[in-house]
Amino acid sequence: MVDWYGYLSLILQGAVVTAKLTLMGSAFALVMAFAAGLGRLAPVAPVRWLATIYIEFFRGTSVFVQLFWVYFVLPFAGITLSPLVAGVVVLGLNVGAYGAEVVRGAVLSVPKDQYEACVAVNLSRFQRMWHVILPQALPLMLPTFGNNAIELLKGTAVVSLISLSDMTFQAQVVRSQTGSTLIPFATILVLYFAMSLVISFAVRGLERRMTRGLDGVR
Amino acid sequence: MEWDWGFVIEIMPTLLEGLKLTLIITLVAAVLAAGLGLMFAILRRSTNPLIARPVAFFLEFIRGTPLLVQLYFIFYVLPDLGIVLSPFVAGVTGMGLHYATYTAEVYRAGIENVARGQWEAARATNLNLRQTWVHVIVPQAIPPMIPALANYLIAMFKETPLLSAITVLELMNQAKSVANSSYRYIEPMTMVGALFLIISLISVVALRLLERRFGRMVK
Repeated sequence: MVDWYGYLSLILQGAVVTAKLTLMGSAFALVMAFAAGLGRLAPVAPVRWLATIYIEFFRGTSVFVQLFWVYFVLPFAGITLSPLVAGVVVLGLNVGAYGAEVVRGAVLSVPKDQYEACVAVNLSRFQRMWHVILPQALPLMLPTFGNNAIELLKGTAVVSLISLSDMTFQAQVVRSQTGSTLIPFATILVLYFAMSLVISFAVRGLERRMTRGLDGVR
Repeated sequence: MEWDWGFVIEIMPTLLEGLKLTLIITLVAAVLAAGLGLMFAILRRSTNPLIARPVAFFLEFIRGTPLLVQLYFIFYVLPDLGIVLSPFVAGVTGMGLHYATYTAEVYRAGIENVARGQWEAARATNLNLRQTWVHVIVPQAIPPMIPALANYLIAMFKETPLLSAITVLELMNQAKSVANSSYRYIEPMTMVGALFLIISLISVVALRLLERRFGRMVK
Protein backbone atom coordinates (compact mmCIF):
# COMPACT_ATOMS: atom_id res chain seq x y z
CA MET A 1 0.00 0.00 0.00
CA VAL A 2 1.41 3.34 -1.03
CA ASP A 3 1.51 6.00 1.63
CA TRP A 4 -0.84 8.48 -0.08
CA TYR A 5 -1.15 10.57 3.05
CA GLY A 6 2.58 11.28 3.05
CA TYR A 7 2.56 12.14 -0.63
CA LEU A 8 -0.45 14.40 -0.26
CA SER A 9 1.28 16.35 2.49
CA LEU A 10 4.29 16.68 0.17
CA ILE A 11 2.07 18.22 -2.49
CA LEU A 12 0.46 20.51 0.09
CA GLN A 13 3.92 21.72 1.14
CA GLY A 14 4.44 22.54 -2.51
CA ALA A 15 1.11 24.35 -2.56
CA VAL A 16 2.34 26.60 0.25
CA VAL A 17 5.45 27.46 -1.79
CA THR A 18 3.28 28.18 -4.84
CA ALA A 19 0.98 30.42 -2.81
CA LYS A 20 3.94 32.26 -1.30
CA LEU A 21 5.50 32.79 -4.72
CA THR A 22 2.20 34.05 -6.11
CA LEU A 23 1.67 36.52 -3.28
CA MET A 24 5.21 37.92 -3.25
CA GLY A 25 5.39 37.94 -7.03
CA SER A 26 2.07 39.80 -7.28
CA ALA A 27 3.15 42.38 -4.72
CA PHE A 28 6.37 43.00 -6.63
CA ALA A 29 4.51 43.04 -9.96
CA LEU A 30 2.09 45.64 -8.61
CA VAL A 31 4.94 47.94 -7.63
CA MET A 32 6.63 47.49 -11.03
CA ALA A 33 3.33 47.99 -12.87
CA PHE A 34 2.72 51.37 -11.24
CA ALA A 35 6.35 52.44 -11.50
CA ALA A 36 6.59 51.59 -15.21
CA GLY A 37 3.01 52.49 -16.11
CA LEU A 38 3.27 55.97 -14.58
CA GLY A 39 6.86 56.14 -15.85
CA ARG A 40 5.60 55.88 -19.41
CA LEU A 41 3.42 58.91 -18.78
CA ALA A 42 6.19 60.91 -17.08
CA PRO A 43 7.02 64.38 -18.37
CA VAL A 44 10.74 63.52 -18.41
CA ALA A 45 11.71 61.77 -21.67
CA PRO A 46 14.50 59.47 -20.31
CA VAL A 47 12.09 58.09 -17.72
CA ARG A 48 9.62 57.31 -20.49
CA TRP A 49 12.31 55.56 -22.54
CA LEU A 50 13.47 53.51 -19.58
CA ALA A 51 9.92 52.40 -18.83
CA THR A 52 9.31 51.53 -22.49
CA ILE A 53 12.50 49.48 -22.75
CA TYR A 54 11.62 47.61 -19.56
CA ILE A 55 8.09 46.85 -20.78
CA GLU A 56 9.08 45.77 -24.29
CA PHE A 57 11.95 43.65 -23.04
CA PHE A 58 9.94 41.68 -20.52
CA ARG A 59 6.95 41.28 -22.79
CA GLY A 60 9.16 40.21 -25.68
CA THR A 61 10.63 37.12 -24.03
CA SER A 62 8.95 34.47 -21.95
CA VAL A 63 9.10 33.88 -18.20
CA PHE A 64 10.92 30.64 -18.89
CA VAL A 65 13.82 32.22 -20.77
CA GLN A 66 14.07 35.09 -18.28
CA LEU A 67 14.10 32.70 -15.36
CA PHE A 68 16.83 30.53 -16.83
CA TRP A 69 18.85 33.56 -17.70
CA VAL A 70 18.61 34.99 -14.21
CA TYR A 71 19.30 31.66 -12.57
CA PHE A 72 22.13 30.39 -14.79
CA VAL A 73 23.76 33.46 -16.33
CA LEU A 74 23.64 36.07 -13.55
CA PRO A 75 25.84 33.95 -11.22
CA PHE A 76 28.67 34.48 -13.73
CA ALA A 77 28.22 38.20 -13.21
CA GLY A 78 28.55 37.61 -9.48
CA ILE A 79 24.84 37.80 -8.68
CA THR A 80 23.62 34.53 -7.20
CA LEU A 81 19.95 34.38 -6.32
CA SER A 82 18.20 31.57 -4.50
CA PRO A 83 15.53 29.84 -6.61
CA LEU A 84 12.78 31.51 -4.57
CA VAL A 85 14.20 35.01 -4.98
CA ALA A 86 14.90 34.40 -8.67
CA GLY A 87 11.30 33.22 -9.10
CA VAL A 88 9.78 36.21 -7.32
CA VAL A 89 12.00 38.69 -9.16
CA VAL A 90 11.40 37.23 -12.62
CA LEU A 91 7.67 36.67 -12.19
CA GLY A 92 7.26 40.12 -10.66
CA LEU A 93 9.21 41.85 -13.41
CA ASN A 94 7.45 39.88 -16.13
CA VAL A 95 3.88 40.33 -14.95
CA GLY A 96 4.70 43.89 -13.88
CA ALA A 97 5.49 44.69 -17.52
CA TYR A 98 2.03 43.52 -18.56
CA GLY A 99 0.47 45.37 -15.65
CA ALA A 100 2.25 48.59 -16.64
CA GLU A 101 0.26 48.72 -19.86
CA VAL A 102 -2.93 48.27 -17.84
CA VAL A 103 -2.00 51.15 -15.53
CA ARG A 104 -1.16 53.38 -18.47
CA GLY A 105 -4.39 52.53 -20.29
CA ALA A 106 -6.56 53.12 -17.20
CA VAL A 107 -4.91 56.44 -16.33
CA LEU A 108 -5.30 57.65 -19.92
CA SER A 109 -8.95 56.63 -19.98
CA VAL A 110 -9.85 59.10 -17.22
CA PRO A 111 -11.62 61.94 -19.08
CA LYS A 112 -9.61 65.03 -19.90
CA ASP A 113 -11.95 67.42 -18.08
CA GLN A 114 -10.89 65.75 -14.82
CA TYR A 115 -7.34 66.97 -15.45
CA GLU A 116 -8.59 70.41 -16.39
CA ALA A 117 -10.70 70.59 -13.24
CA CYS A 118 -7.60 69.75 -11.18
CA VAL A 119 -5.67 72.56 -12.82
CA ALA A 120 -8.61 74.87 -12.20
CA VAL A 121 -8.67 74.15 -8.46
CA ASN A 122 -4.87 74.44 -8.33
CA LEU A 123 -3.96 70.89 -7.27
CA SER A 124 -0.32 69.86 -7.50
CA ARG A 125 0.70 67.02 -9.85
CA PHE A 126 0.85 64.60 -6.93
CA GLN A 127 -2.51 65.67 -5.51
CA ARG A 128 -4.06 65.37 -8.94
CA MET A 129 -2.81 61.80 -9.36
CA TRP A 130 -3.50 60.68 -5.81
CA HIS A 131 -6.89 62.24 -5.09
CA VAL A 132 -8.51 62.50 -8.51
CA ILE A 133 -7.04 60.32 -11.25
CA LEU A 134 -6.04 57.11 -9.45
CA PRO A 135 -9.31 56.64 -7.50
CA GLN A 136 -11.11 56.66 -10.84
CA ALA A 137 -8.52 54.62 -12.72
CA LEU A 138 -8.10 51.85 -10.12
CA PRO A 139 -11.51 50.19 -10.60
CA LEU A 140 -10.74 50.00 -14.33
CA MET A 141 -7.44 48.25 -13.66
CA LEU A 142 -8.73 45.70 -11.17
CA PRO A 143 -10.32 43.09 -13.48
CA THR A 144 -7.20 42.92 -15.65
CA PHE A 145 -4.97 42.84 -12.58
CA GLY A 146 -6.99 39.82 -11.46
CA ASN A 147 -6.26 38.10 -14.76
CA ASN A 148 -2.60 39.04 -14.47
CA ALA A 149 -2.44 37.55 -10.97
CA ILE A 150 -3.85 34.29 -12.36
CA GLU A 151 -1.25 34.39 -15.14
CA LEU A 152 1.39 34.82 -12.44
CA LEU A 153 0.01 31.88 -10.50
CA LYS A 154 0.29 29.79 -13.64
CA GLY A 155 3.77 31.13 -14.26
CA THR A 156 4.94 29.80 -10.89
CA ALA A 157 4.84 26.25 -12.29
CA VAL A 158 7.87 27.15 -14.38
CA VAL A 159 10.07 27.69 -11.30
CA SER A 160 9.87 23.94 -10.65
CA LEU A 161 12.34 23.70 -13.54
CA ILE A 162 15.00 25.60 -11.56
CA SER A 163 14.49 23.12 -8.72
CA LEU A 164 12.30 25.21 -6.46
CA SER A 165 10.05 22.73 -4.66
CA ASP A 166 6.68 24.19 -5.61
CA MET A 167 3.53 22.18 -6.30
CA THR A 168 4.57 21.05 -9.79
CA PHE A 169 7.98 20.00 -8.53
CA GLN A 170 6.45 17.94 -5.72
CA ALA A 171 4.06 16.29 -8.17
CA GLN A 172 7.08 15.22 -10.22
CA VAL A 173 8.69 13.86 -7.05
CA VAL A 174 5.56 11.85 -6.28
CA ARG A 175 5.44 10.62 -9.86
CA SER A 176 9.03 9.42 -9.82
CA GLN A 177 8.66 7.74 -6.43
CA THR A 178 5.34 5.98 -6.92
CA GLY A 179 5.15 5.60 -10.69
CA SER A 180 1.58 6.87 -10.42
CA THR A 181 0.88 9.69 -12.83
CA LEU A 182 -2.83 10.39 -12.71
CA ILE A 183 -3.17 11.05 -8.98
CA PRO A 184 -0.37 13.63 -8.47
CA PHE A 185 -1.08 15.57 -11.65
CA ALA A 186 -4.86 15.53 -11.28
CA THR A 187 -4.45 16.69 -7.66
CA ILE A 188 -2.28 19.65 -8.52
CA LEU A 189 -4.48 20.63 -11.48
CA VAL A 190 -7.43 20.84 -9.10
CA LEU A 191 -5.37 22.77 -6.53
CA TYR A 192 -4.16 25.27 -9.15
CA PHE A 193 -7.71 25.75 -10.33
CA ALA A 194 -8.90 26.29 -6.76
CA MET A 195 -6.21 28.93 -6.25
CA SER A 196 -7.18 30.74 -9.44
CA LEU A 197 -10.82 30.74 -8.29
CA VAL A 198 -9.76 32.26 -4.97
CA ILE A 199 -7.93 35.02 -6.85
CA SER A 200 -10.86 35.83 -9.10
CA PHE A 201 -13.31 35.92 -6.16
CA ALA A 202 -10.98 38.13 -4.15
CA VAL A 203 -10.59 40.55 -7.05
CA ARG A 204 -14.32 40.67 -7.64
CA GLY A 205 -14.90 41.46 -3.96
CA LEU A 206 -12.26 44.16 -4.05
CA GLU A 207 -13.86 45.63 -7.15
CA ARG A 208 -17.23 45.90 -5.43
CA ARG A 209 -15.63 47.67 -2.47
CA MET A 210 -13.76 50.15 -4.61
CA THR A 211 -16.64 51.11 -6.85
CA ARG A 212 -19.00 51.55 -3.90
CA GLY A 213 -18.55 55.30 -3.64
CA LEU A 214 -18.37 55.85 -7.39
CA ASP A 215 -22.03 55.33 -8.31
CA GLY A 216 -23.20 58.09 -10.57
CA VAL A 217 -19.68 59.31 -11.23
CA ARG A 218 -19.19 57.10 -14.24
CA MET B 1 33.60 34.08 -17.44
CA GLU B 2 33.95 36.21 -20.54
CA TRP B 3 31.67 36.45 -23.52
CA ASP B 4 33.14 34.43 -26.41
CA TRP B 5 31.97 35.27 -29.93
CA GLY B 6 33.74 32.23 -31.39
CA PHE B 7 31.61 29.98 -29.21
CA VAL B 8 28.48 31.86 -30.26
CA ILE B 9 29.24 31.19 -33.94
CA GLU B 10 30.02 27.58 -33.14
CA ILE B 11 26.65 26.95 -31.44
CA MET B 12 24.56 29.03 -33.86
CA PRO B 13 23.68 26.12 -36.24
CA THR B 14 22.38 24.06 -33.30
CA LEU B 15 20.33 26.97 -32.01
CA LEU B 16 18.90 27.73 -35.45
CA GLU B 17 17.93 24.06 -35.74
CA GLY B 18 16.00 24.51 -32.48
CA LEU B 19 14.52 27.79 -33.68
CA LYS B 20 13.18 26.05 -36.78
CA LEU B 21 11.36 23.48 -34.63
CA THR B 22 10.12 26.27 -32.35
CA LEU B 23 8.56 28.05 -35.32
CA ILE B 24 6.98 24.84 -36.66
CA ILE B 25 5.50 24.10 -33.22
CA THR B 26 4.15 27.62 -32.96
CA LEU B 27 2.45 27.45 -36.35
CA VAL B 28 0.90 23.99 -35.89
CA ALA B 29 -0.28 24.81 -32.37
CA ALA B 30 -1.66 28.15 -33.59
CA VAL B 31 -3.72 26.50 -36.32
CA LEU B 32 -5.03 24.07 -33.70
CA ALA B 33 -5.81 26.90 -31.26
CA ALA B 34 -7.59 28.94 -33.93
CA GLY B 35 -9.77 26.00 -35.00
CA LEU B 36 -10.54 24.60 -31.55
CA GLY B 37 -11.14 28.07 -30.17
CA LEU B 38 -13.86 28.77 -32.71
CA MET B 39 -15.44 25.42 -31.94
CA PHE B 40 -15.39 26.14 -28.19
CA ALA B 41 -16.82 29.61 -28.71
CA ILE B 42 -19.74 28.26 -30.75
CA LEU B 43 -20.41 25.34 -28.40
CA ARG B 44 -20.40 27.69 -25.44
CA ARG B 45 -23.19 29.67 -27.03
CA SER B 46 -25.28 26.54 -27.50
CA THR B 47 -28.84 26.92 -26.20
CA ASN B 48 -28.56 23.43 -24.71
CA PRO B 49 -27.21 23.90 -21.16
CA LEU B 50 -25.92 20.33 -21.19
CA ILE B 51 -23.42 21.45 -23.83
CA ALA B 52 -22.85 25.09 -22.85
CA ARG B 53 -22.23 24.49 -19.13
CA PRO B 54 -19.56 21.76 -19.35
CA VAL B 55 -17.78 23.64 -22.14
CA ALA B 56 -17.76 26.81 -20.05
CA PHE B 57 -16.35 24.92 -17.07
CA PHE B 58 -13.74 23.19 -19.22
CA LEU B 59 -12.59 26.55 -20.61
CA GLU B 60 -12.38 28.06 -17.10
CA PHE B 61 -10.45 25.06 -15.84
CA ILE B 62 -7.87 25.05 -18.64
CA ARG B 63 -7.40 28.80 -18.32
CA GLY B 64 -6.96 28.56 -14.54
CA THR B 65 -4.21 25.94 -14.56
CA PRO B 66 -0.59 26.15 -15.78
CA LEU B 67 0.31 25.05 -19.29
CA LEU B 68 3.35 23.23 -17.91
CA VAL B 69 1.20 20.99 -15.72
CA GLN B 70 -1.18 20.34 -18.61
CA LEU B 71 1.79 19.30 -20.73
CA TYR B 72 2.94 16.93 -17.99
CA PHE B 73 -0.58 15.58 -17.79
CA ILE B 74 -0.71 14.86 -21.52
CA PHE B 75 2.81 13.52 -21.62
CA TYR B 76 2.83 11.35 -18.49
CA VAL B 77 -0.79 10.48 -17.67
CA LEU B 78 -2.26 9.71 -21.08
CA PRO B 79 0.23 6.87 -21.82
CA ASP B 80 -1.04 5.11 -18.68
CA LEU B 81 -4.51 5.30 -20.17
CA GLY B 82 -3.24 3.75 -23.38
CA ILE B 83 -2.71 6.91 -25.43
CA VAL B 84 0.97 7.27 -26.29
CA LEU B 85 1.90 10.54 -27.97
CA SER B 86 5.31 11.61 -29.21
CA PRO B 87 6.74 14.64 -27.37
CA PHE B 88 6.08 16.81 -30.40
CA VAL B 89 2.42 15.76 -30.72
CA ALA B 90 1.88 16.02 -26.95
CA GLY B 91 3.42 19.50 -26.90
CA VAL B 92 1.49 20.81 -29.86
CA THR B 93 -1.78 19.36 -28.54
CA GLY B 94 -1.23 20.83 -25.09
CA MET B 95 -0.35 24.25 -26.40
CA GLY B 96 -3.12 24.26 -28.99
CA LEU B 97 -5.67 23.30 -26.37
CA HIS B 98 -4.44 25.80 -23.81
CA TYR B 99 -4.49 28.72 -26.20
CA ALA B 100 -7.79 27.60 -27.74
CA THR B 101 -9.39 28.64 -24.44
CA TYR B 102 -7.96 32.13 -24.94
CA THR B 103 -8.90 32.40 -28.63
CA ALA B 104 -12.39 31.17 -27.71
CA GLU B 105 -12.72 34.30 -25.60
CA VAL B 106 -11.58 36.45 -28.54
CA TYR B 107 -14.09 34.79 -30.86
CA ARG B 108 -16.82 35.29 -28.25
CA ALA B 109 -16.19 39.02 -28.27
CA GLY B 110 -16.22 38.99 -32.07
CA ILE B 111 -19.46 37.04 -32.22
CA GLU B 112 -21.14 39.33 -29.70
CA ASN B 113 -20.14 42.32 -31.80
CA VAL B 114 -22.17 41.05 -34.76
CA ALA B 115 -25.36 43.10 -34.77
CA ARG B 116 -28.54 41.39 -33.58
CA GLY B 117 -30.22 42.29 -36.83
CA GLN B 118 -27.91 39.89 -38.63
CA TRP B 119 -29.26 36.97 -36.61
CA GLU B 120 -32.81 38.13 -37.24
CA ALA B 121 -32.17 38.60 -40.95
CA ALA B 122 -30.70 35.09 -41.16
CA ARG B 123 -33.80 33.73 -39.51
CA ALA B 124 -36.07 35.81 -41.76
CA THR B 125 -34.42 34.36 -44.87
CA ASN B 126 -34.96 30.89 -43.43
CA LEU B 127 -31.28 29.93 -43.03
CA ASN B 128 -30.70 26.99 -40.73
CA LEU B 129 -28.31 27.18 -37.79
CA ARG B 130 -25.29 25.89 -39.71
CA GLN B 131 -25.90 28.26 -42.62
CA THR B 132 -26.32 31.18 -40.23
CA TRP B 133 -22.95 30.48 -38.61
CA VAL B 134 -21.03 29.68 -41.78
CA HIS B 135 -22.40 32.35 -44.12
CA VAL B 136 -23.48 35.20 -41.86
CA ILE B 137 -21.97 35.28 -38.37
CA VAL B 138 -18.43 33.88 -38.71
CA PRO B 139 -17.44 35.93 -41.81
CA GLN B 140 -18.38 39.10 -39.92
CA ALA B 141 -17.08 38.07 -36.50
CA ILE B 142 -13.55 37.05 -37.38
CA PRO B 143 -11.84 39.82 -39.42
CA PRO B 144 -12.02 42.48 -36.66
CA MET B 145 -10.54 39.93 -34.27
CA ILE B 146 -7.48 39.07 -36.38
CA PRO B 147 -5.11 41.43 -34.50
CA ALA B 148 -6.22 39.97 -31.16
CA LEU B 149 -5.71 36.46 -32.49
CA ALA B 150 -2.25 37.38 -33.79
CA ASN B 151 -1.43 38.62 -30.30
CA TYR B 152 -1.94 35.11 -29.00
CA LEU B 153 0.23 33.77 -31.81
CA ILE B 154 3.10 35.84 -30.39
CA ALA B 155 2.22 34.67 -26.87
CA MET B 156 2.37 31.05 -28.05
CA PHE B 157 5.73 31.60 -29.68
CA LYS B 158 7.11 32.84 -26.38
CA GLU B 159 5.69 29.89 -24.45
CA THR B 160 7.27 27.21 -26.65
CA PRO B 161 10.32 26.86 -24.31
CA LEU B 162 7.96 25.07 -21.91
CA LEU B 163 7.98 22.16 -24.33
CA SER B 164 11.61 21.51 -23.44
CA ALA B 165 10.25 20.15 -20.15
CA ILE B 166 8.66 17.26 -22.04
CA THR B 167 11.86 16.64 -24.02
CA VAL B 168 10.94 18.41 -27.26
CA LEU B 169 14.20 19.57 -28.83
CA GLU B 170 13.16 23.15 -29.51
CA LEU B 171 15.34 26.25 -29.16
CA MET B 172 15.49 26.27 -25.35
CA ASN B 173 16.29 22.58 -25.10
CA GLN B 174 19.04 22.83 -27.73
CA ALA B 175 20.53 25.69 -25.75
CA LYS B 176 20.31 23.72 -22.53
CA SER B 177 22.01 20.68 -24.02
CA VAL B 178 24.75 22.85 -25.50
CA ALA B 179 25.18 24.54 -22.11
CA ASN B 180 25.27 21.25 -20.24
CA SER B 181 27.87 19.67 -22.50
CA SER B 182 30.16 22.70 -22.63
CA TYR B 183 29.54 24.10 -19.12
CA ARG B 184 29.02 27.52 -20.66
CA TYR B 185 25.68 29.06 -19.88
CA ILE B 186 26.21 32.71 -20.77
CA GLU B 187 26.27 32.45 -24.56
CA PRO B 188 23.53 29.84 -25.20
CA MET B 189 21.05 31.32 -22.71
CA THR B 190 21.67 34.89 -23.80
CA MET B 191 21.38 33.94 -27.47
CA VAL B 192 18.05 32.22 -26.80
CA GLY B 193 16.80 35.37 -25.10
CA ALA B 194 18.07 37.53 -27.94
CA LEU B 195 16.52 35.32 -30.64
CA PHE B 196 13.17 35.37 -28.86
CA LEU B 197 13.34 39.10 -28.37
CA ILE B 198 14.23 39.77 -32.02
CA ILE B 199 11.44 37.61 -33.40
CA SER B 200 8.94 39.00 -30.89
CA LEU B 201 9.82 42.58 -31.79
CA ILE B 202 9.47 41.83 -35.51
CA SER B 203 6.10 40.19 -34.84
CA VAL B 204 4.95 43.20 -32.86
CA VAL B 205 5.68 45.43 -35.86
CA ALA B 206 3.79 42.98 -38.11
CA LEU B 207 0.94 43.09 -35.62
CA ARG B 208 0.73 46.88 -35.87
CA LEU B 209 0.39 46.53 -39.65
CA LEU B 210 -2.36 43.94 -39.18
CA GLU B 211 -4.14 46.27 -36.80
CA ARG B 212 -4.02 49.08 -39.34
CA ARG B 213 -5.28 46.79 -42.09
CA PHE B 214 -8.13 45.13 -40.20
CA GLY B 215 -8.81 47.82 -37.64
CA ARG B 216 -10.18 50.00 -40.43
CA MET B 217 -12.69 47.37 -41.47
CA VAL B 218 -14.43 47.55 -38.12
CA LYS B 219 -15.42 51.16 -38.58
